[in-house]
Amino acid sequence: MRGREKLFLLIAIVVAIGLSYVSASFNRYYLGIAIDVGINIILAVSLNLINGHTGQFSLGHAGFMAVGGYFAAKFTLVYGPTLPPAAQPFLFAGALLLGGIVAALAGLAVGVPSLRLKGDYLAIVTLGFGEIIRVIFQTSETFGAATGLTGIAKLTTFGWAWALAAVTVYVVACLVNSTYGRGFIAVHDDEIAAGAMGINPVRYKVTAFVIGAFFAGIAGGLYAHHKAVLSPGGFDFIKSIEIVVMVILGGMGRTVGVIFAAIILTILPELLRGVAEYRMIIYSLLIIGLMLTRPQGLFTWGKKGAA
Amino acid sequence: MDWFLQQLINGLALGAIYALIALGYTMVYGVLRFINFAHSDVLMLGAFAAYYLAPLVAPLLGATTIPSAIAVIVLSAAICAVIGMTIEYLAYRPLRKRPRLTVLITAIGVSLFIEYTGQHEKVFGAATKSFPTLLPKTEIILGGLRCSSNDLVVVGLTAVLLVAMWFIVQRTKIGMAMRAVSFNEQAASLMGVNANAIISFTFAIGSALAAIGGIFYSMRAPGIEPLMGVQPGLRAFIAAVLGGIGNLPGAALGGLVLGLLETFFGGMPGLSNYRDAIAFALLILILLFRPAGLLGKVQTEKV
Repeated sequence: MRGREKLFLLIAIVVAIGLSYVSASFNRYYLGIAIDVGINIILAVSLNLINGHTGQFSLGHAGFMAVGGYFAAKFTLVYGPTLPPAAQPFLFAGALLLGGIVAALAGLAVGVPSLRLKGDYLAIVTLGFGEIIRVIFQTSETFGAATGLTGIAKLTTFGWAWALAAVTVYVVACLVNSTYGRGFIAVHDDEIAAGAMGINPVRYKVTAFVIGAFFAGIAGGLYAHHKAVLSPGGFDFIKSIEIVVMVILGGMGRTVGVIFAAIILTILPELLRGVAEYRMIIYSLLIIGLMLTRPQGLFTWGKKGAA
Repeated sequence: MDWFLQQLINGLALGAIYALIALGYTMVYGVLRFINFAHSDVLMLGAFAAYYLAPLVAPLLGATTIPSAIAVIVLSAAICAVIGMTIEYLAYRPLRKRPRLTVLITAIGVSLFIEYTGQHEKVFGAATKSFPTLLPKTEIILGGLRCSSNDLVVVGLTAVLLVAMWFIVQRTKIGMAMRAVSFNEQAASLMGVNANAIISFTFAIGSALAAIGGIFYSMRAPGIEPLMGVQPGLRAFIAAVLGGIGNLPGAALGGLVLGLLETFFGGMPGLSNYRDAIAFALLILILLFRPAGLLGKVQTEKV
């Protein structure tokens, strides 16, 4: 099992970086969508760790993404011009890591209150944290206030996005399938019973939030260096909802399903561009229709929790 | 001191509107145990119903008179009650036995559907429209304090509706049926309660309250547009959770607390930009110390 997953990770990274070298010959529009898909896979798979595997209900994933995006973008904006072009990939890696770590700290701050709250109350607290983060960026002069950050170097390539998506999938899958990680699923199934079995639900919940937020932060960094502009409005709770919809459509706690849902829900609005004025109406009707007909998620094959 | 009293008046008026909307959230939650995300869009539909009804009612009862305002508000509330029942029938009823999360996502889908349909140019259009003056408005000035007559109306109306809701739920037969469905739907059905009818009724009342809240919110807002419900809807949701969701006086209390917080922090120089963040931060703090809300009952979990 472990060997198979390592192989998957290696192949995915090699393919992503390999494709990245020839990506210059692709249509820029399609390439942009492909990068969006990679970023959304990271977001959906990391949220799946919190909402799917661990059974918490977070509505603040866009907030973590914002933290990662803003810190990574600020880092490259400040240090980028001082470094030679050859150092740019290292700078970018550093920026993404910084964004991920700061987002993980934010995840810790959200995870701690989650010890006492569950269900709707947890949802509202995470939503509240997401909004607080957004308001702070919106008022902070350092981060460009309401206009946001502009002129961010376009460092995100196909290779970066998809290689990091592969790493995210690998880490989450290995974590959940490990002896330690079974605790997440135990907490999901029954917190009190898990506690009686010697599993510390508090620790698992906080861990899920910290790891989930870390990857959301990385996705935010990729997003910032893909779009080249960041505005606080892009991280409102509608964005969090979009990610939640991906997780639920994919089938909570099913990594493969969530990946497919992330791909479909990113491409779908683009496919509907031809009927632009009805696009979002169709999108919302599809969500309702799918929930009425396939409430267990679109993709339900495979063992729950398996990668 | 004057500043304090003035903010108190403004905060109470805004809080009363949040309380009206929160009452609808809480009633639906009380019966079905799920958050009706489309509530904020029903609020918007209520405002638009009033926008289109006002010119129709004006020739009959006169523009900006109290009878015409009452007619417009009652008709808009009735329209929204029907819309609320339709949403429940089409989107939520087929999912009654499913996990609550599924219903939640459906509710988000319904919410997006109403918003995007409303933004379409053939429906309402995305542009902001100015809301008609429904009620004759006078400024009451009392020793340096200003108070609009609308503010008094909304505070009074909220109080009356809160008592009415409490009466319906606690003192009538249909209210007893609502509490029974809330307690145990299956057992209530076995006792001869028509659960579907009760749930429809709850949605009708909740949506009517949302419509009234939406109309009064629009009277203060610069204009109405299809996304106008999102912000007050979110605040009202917070208010309902803050007060203890499912609890009627809690929703009213939560609404007032939120309205007061918003005006007090909005009125302080230097803090006004952070007013939403402060409201959320206080909400989180309160929930940390009272995880079931201010008036909610803490339920012990059994294995």
